[in-house]
Amino acid sequence: MDMPIPNILIWFIFLLPLASFVLISFFTKPILKKPRLSGYLTIGAVAGSLTLSIWTLISILRAEGHELVIPDFNWLTINGVINIQVGLVMDTLTAVMLIVVTTVSLMVQIYSQGYMHSDPGYHRYYAFMSLFTASMLGLVMVNNLLLMYVFWELVGLCSYLLIGFWFHKPEAAKAAKKAFIVTRIGDFGFLAAILLLFSQTGTLDIAQIHSLALTGAIGGTILMWAAIGIFLGAVGKSAQFPLHVWLPDAMEGPTPVSALIHAATMVAAGVFLVARMFPIFEHSPDALLIVATIGGFTAIFAASMGLVMNDIKRVLAYSTVSQLGYMMLGLGTGGVAIGIIHLFNHAFFKALLFLGAGSINHATGTFDMRRMGGLRKVMPWTYFTFLIASLSISGIWPLAGFWSKDEILVSTFDSQPVLFYLAMATVFMTAFYMFRVVFLTFGGKYRGGTSSQTDTRPHESPMVMIIPMVILSVLAICSGWFNVTGDFGHLLGHGAEHGFIEGFFGILTHPLPWISLIMAFAGILLAYAIYSKNWISATKVRKFFSPIHTMFFRKYWMDELYEDIIGEKILNKGIFARLKLFDSKLVDGAVNGVAEAVMTMGRAIRQVQTGQLQLYGIFIILGVLAIAIGLILWG
Amino acid sequence: MDFNYLTLIIFLPVAGAIVISLVPGLSSKLIRYIASLFTFIPLAISIFLFIAFDRSTSVAGTIQFEELSPWISAINANYHLGVDGLSLPLVLLTTLIGFLVVLISWKINTRVREYFAWLLLLETSILGVFCSLDLLLFFIFWEIEVIPMYFLISIWGAGRKEYSAIKYVVYTLFGSALMLAGILSLYFTTGSLSIIDMTHSGSAMVQSLMPAAPIFFMLLAGFAIKLPVFPLHTWLPDAHTDAPTAGSVVLAGTLIKMGGYGMIRVCVGIFPQVAQDYAQLLLALAVINIVYGAAVTLRQTDLKRLIAYSSISHMGFVLLGIFALGELSMVGAGLQMFSHGIVTGLLFAVTGLVMHNTGERNIGKLGGLAKQIPFIAVIFTIGGLASMGVPGTSGFIAEVTVFIGAFSSNIVDGVNVYTIISMLGILLAAAYILWLLRGVFFNHPLEKFNGTADADRLEKTYCAIFVAAILVIGMYPMILTDVIRTGITPIANLLGG
Amino acid sequence: MEVGLEHYLILSTVLFSIGLYGALSKRSAVVILMSIEIMLAAVTVTMVAFSRYIVPTELTGQIFTIFIIVVAAAEAAVGLAIIIAIYRRRENIDASKIDLLKW
Repeated sequence: MDMPIPNILIWFIFLLPLASFVLISFFTKPILKKPRLSGYLTIGAVAGSLTLSIWTLISILRAEGHELVIPDFNWLTINGVINIQVGLVMDTLTAVMLIVVTTVSLMVQIYSQGYMHSDPGYHRYYAFMSLFTASMLGLVMVNNLLLMYVFWELVGLCSYLLIGFWFHKPEAAKAAKKAFIVTRIGDFGFLAAILLLFSQTGTLDIAQIHSLALTGAIGGTILMWAAIGIFLGAVGKSAQFPLHVWLPDAMEGPTPVSALIHAATMVAAGVFLVARMFPIFEHSPDALLIVATIGGFTAIFAASMGLVMNDIKRVLAYSTVSQLGYMMLGLGTGGVAIGIIHLFNHAFFKALLFLGAGSINHATGTFDMRRMGGLRKVMPWTYFTFLIASLSISGIWPLAGFWSKDEILVSTFDSQPVLFYLAMATVFMTAFYMFRVVFLTFGGKYRGGTSSQTDTRPHESPMVMIIPMVILSVLAICSGWFNVTGDFGHLLGHGAEHGFIEGFFGILTHPLPWISLIMAFAGILLAYAIYSKNWISATKVRKFFSPIHTMFFRKYWMDELYEDIIGEKILNKGIFARLKLFDSKLVDGAVNGVAEAVMTMGRAIRQVQTGQLQLYGIFIILGVLAIAIGLILWG
Repeated sequence: MDFNYLTLIIFLPVAGAIVISLVPGLSSKLIRYIASLFTFIPLAISIFLFIAFDRSTSVAGTIQFEELSPWISAINANYHLGVDGLSLPLVLLTTLIGFLVVLISWKINTRVREYFAWLLLLETSILGVFCSLDLLLFFIFWEIEVIPMYFLISIWGAGRKEYSAIKYVVYTLFGSALMLAGILSLYFTTGSLSIIDMTHSGSAMVQSLMPAAPIFFMLLAGFAIKLPVFPLHTWLPDAHTDAPTAGSVVLAGTLIKMGGYGMIRVCVGIFPQVAQDYAQLLLALAVINIVYGAAVTLRQTDLKRLIAYSSISHMGFVLLGIFALGELSMVGAGLQMFSHGIVTGLLFAVTGLVMHNTGERNIGKLGGLAKQIPFIAVIFTIGGLASMGVPGTSGFIAEVTVFIGAFSSNIVDGVNVYTIISMLGILLAAAYILWLLRGVFFNHPLEKFNGTADADRLEKTYCAIFVAAILVIGMYPMILTDVIRTGITPIANLLGG
Repeated sequence: MEVGLEHYLILSTVLFSIGLYGALSKRSAVVILMSIEIMLAAVTVTMVAFSRYIVPTELTGQIFTIFIIVVAAAEAAVGLAIIIAIYRRRENIDASKIDLLKW
C-alpha cells in the first residue's frame, strides 16, 4: 500500500457502516426477510472500514505534516451569516481513533454473532450497532464543531437505543432514559460552548478556532468558559464526576454493547473531544486544572465503588469511569498524547474484559459474582484472556496498561502532587478490584449460576466469541509497545524518541514505575489473600469497614440524591407540579375567571328584562321625557 | 406570472368542499377520494412552485407568483396574493398537511360529508393567510379559519369538546378583534392596506395620527394568541386535546404557524423599530414559553395533552428566533415553524393511532406497546426524537439554527442570556419525550393490549411521508434555508444589524 | 273665545295621556288595546289640527289620518286576534302574566 488513500475512500470509512445500517433497516429485514444477513453485513462493513482506516493511518504517517487535506462541501450556508461545511480532519489523532473504533467494533460484531445468536432482536441489534459505528467514526473524523455535536448526539442516541435494547425490561428502559438525560446535561455545556465560540469567531471550523486561540484572537474568560462548556460535554459523555451515575446503570444493555460503547469508544469520546479541542484548553490554565482535578478525583472515586460491587459488569463499569478519569488526568497534566495513549490501550483491554464478562454470562446466565466461581477449568480461554486484561489494566509490566498508566503518573507527579497520590492509590484499588473479580469468578468452586440453570454445567463459549477475545488479548499485551520508543507520543506531538529495547527495559531503571508496580502487586496480593485463600475473611473486612462499605455500596447515595431528591422531590413533584398547578389554576383560571365574570354580570343585568311589556313602556316614556327635558334645558 | 397558481392552490380545497357538500348522493368512499384529490392537486402545485421558486440572492425579498387585482377600490383594498421565501415553505407545509390529514381522517365515519367540507374550507383559509399581501384579505382569511375549526372540534372531538371549541373561538376572536383594530389604525395612519408597501417604505408612511407601538401591540395580540405566547396559551392544550386527530394535526401543524408568520411579516416587517424596542419583553416571554411550557409538559398524563403542551415549548423557540432579530435566528424561526409542523403533526397522527387502536389515552395505563404495535412504536420514537432535537431530524437543525442565530445576534442586548436559559428547553424535552416513550412503549407488554392492531397500509403511508420529510430536512436543511433566507434577508436588513 | 290650535293640542295631549296611562297601567290586554287606540286618536287630532292651521291649502294631515285609521283598524284586528289566541291557550289576558320574553 504505497499509494496514499484516495479521498473518496476515506469517506467510505464512515459510509460503509452507515450503508449497512440503511440496508439492514430497509432491506434485509423488511424486504428480503433474512435477518441473519444483518450480522454478516455489519461485520463486512466494519471490516471494510478497518482496512481503510489502516490504509489511512499509513497514508497519514507518510503525508506532509502527518495530515491529509480533504476538500469540504457545503451543508448549511446562508450567505454572510453562517457557513457550515462537511469536511474531514485527517490527522494522527483521527487516525488513532479510527483504528481503535474499527478494531474494537469489528471484534465486538464478530463476538456478537455468538452472543446474540438466538435473540429475537438480532437484526435490530446489528442495525443499531452499524449506526453507532458510523456515528462514532463520523465523530472522530469531522472538522466542524456543529457536525461533531451532531455525531456526538447520535452516538448518545445509539447508546440510548442499545441500553434499552431489551426494552421490555423495566430496568433497561429506565437506564436508557437516565443515560440519555444525564449525558444531555453535559451536552448542554457543549452546545453553549459552541454558541459562544461561534458568536466570538463567526466560524465553527475546528482548525480555524484553534488558530484563533493560538494567535490570541480569542482568549481570557471567553476562552475559559468555552473550554469549561466543552469539558462539561466531556464530563457527561465520559461519565466523570458528578455526571457519572448513568454509566453503571447502562450495563443493562447487551454485554457486547457495553464492551463497544460503554467501555472502548463512546465513553472515550469525551476524552477525544478534550484532546481535539486541546488548543483551547492549553490557553486556559484554569480549565486545564479543572480537567485534571475532575479526572483525578473521578479515578479514585469510581474505583472506591468498584471495590464492593457484586455484579461483574458494574465493577467493570466503575473501572471504566475510573480509567476515564485517568485519561482526563493525563490530558489535564500532560497533554493530548498522554491521555490518548491511555484511551488507546484502555479500549482494547476494557473491551476484552467486557467480552470476557459476556462469555461468563453466556456460560452461567448471571452477572452476579456470588453465583460464579471455579470457572477457570471449564472456561480456559475466557480465563486466560480475562487474566491478561486484568493484568494489563492493573498496570503490570510489560503489558499495555503499564505504559500508559506510567506516563500519566509521571506527568501528574511533575505538576499536581496531590492528584499524583490519589492516582497512586487508584493503582492499588484497581489491581485489588480486578483481581477480586478474577478470584471470585474463576477461582474456588462453582456456586450455581442462575437458579434455572443449576443443573446445566457451565461451558466454554463458542469459537466465534473466543477468537475476538484472543485477538484483543494480543492487543491488550502489546498495544502499549507502540509508545515504548516514544513514537506514539511523538506522532501526537509529545515526547522524545528513543530505542525500543532501551525503553522496554530502560523504564525499569526509574523509581516511579517500581512504586506503581509495587502498589499494583499489593492490590493483587490483598485480593488473593481475601478472595482466594480466605486468609482474611471478606465478611470480617466488610464488617470492620461497615459504614464505609455501605457508603461505597450505596454509591455515595448519589442515585438517591439525583433521582429521588433532585429529580422527584425538587423538580418533578416540587417545581414542575407547582407550575402545572399555576398553569391550570392561575393562568387558565384567569381566563375562565374572565368568562365567569362576564357571565355573572350578564346574569345581574338581565334581571331588568322582566318581560313585562308595560314596564318596558314606562321606561320608554321615561327615556323620552329625559331627552325632552334635556333638550329643553341644554338644547 | 401568467398563470394564477396561488389562486388555484388557495381555492381548490374550498371548491372540493363545495362539490362535497352540494352534489347529492355521494358515498362516503367517494367523498374521501374527492377530498384527497382536491388536496393533492394544491400539494402538487405548491411542490412545483417550491421547485420553480427563484432562490438567487439578487432577488431576495421580491414577491414571486404575485397576483394583483383591485377589489374594493374605495378603501384601496386589493386582491393581492404572492409568496416570498418566508411564506412559500409554509404554503408547502399547509398543502402537505392538508393532504395528509385527509388520509388521517380516512376512518371518520360520522357525518362524513360535513367533516370533509369543513376540513377543506379550513385548508383554504390557512393558505389564504399565508398568501395574502393585503391586510384586509389577510384578516378575512384569518377569521374564516375559526369557523371550520369550531365545528371540527365540537362535533368530531372528544372529552369536553364544546367547552374547548368555544374557548378556542372566543380566544381567537378576542385576538382578532384587537388585530382588526390594529389593521384599521394602520389603515388610517398610512392610507394603505398593502403589507408590501408598508414594509418597503417603513415608518415613513406612518403619519403622526397614532404612535406605532400601540398598533404593533394590537396586531401582536392576535398573533400571540395564535402562536401561542404565555400567558395567552391556555386555549391550546384544551383545543388540541379535545379535537379529533386530524384537527389536532392541522392545529399544531399549520394553524399556530399563522401566529409566527404574522409576527415576522407584519409586526417585525412593518415596525422594525418597535420590535427592537420591545424585544427584551418578548424574549423574556419566549424563555418563559420554552422553559415553563416544558416544565408543565413533564407533568401531563394525557397523551395528547402532553404533546399539546410540548407545542407551547417548541413555539417558544419560534418566538425566541423572531425577536432575537438576527438574520440567522429568524431563518431558524422559519425552519422551526416548518419542522414543528411536520414533527408535531406526525406525533399527533401516531398518538391518534395509539388512542384509536388501544382505546386508552392515559399514559399511566398504557405500557409495553412496542412488542404489540412495533410499527407505531418506531414511528412514535422517530417523532419523539425529532421533537427533542436529535441530529438527523429537522427538529435538531431548526433548534440549533435558532440558538446559534439568537446567541450571535447583536441587535438585542443580553440575548445570549436568554438563549442559554432557553437551552434548558431541550434538556426538559428529552426528559418528557423519553418519559413518554418509556411509559407508552417500553417495560413489560400488558396483556390487555394483546391483539391491538398495528398501523395498516394507509397509516403506514402517511407516517412514512412525515418521517421522510423530517429526515430530509434534518439531513439537508439547505433545501429550506435557501428559500427562507430570501424572505428573511430584507426584513433583517430593515433592522440594520 | 276663538278655538285655536292650542286647544286642539291640549285636547290631544289629554287624550294621549289618558291612553298612555291606560296602556301602561291596565292589566287587561283588551283595555290596553283600547288605550292604544285612544293614543292613536289623539295623534290623528294633532295631525288634522296642524294641517288645518299651518298648511290649510294642503290635505297632508287628513290623508295621514286616514292612513292611521286604516292601520289602527288592522292593528286592532291583529291585536284582538293575538289576545284571543292567548286567551284560548291560557284562559287569561292579564298583560303582566304574559312575560315569555323574560330573559
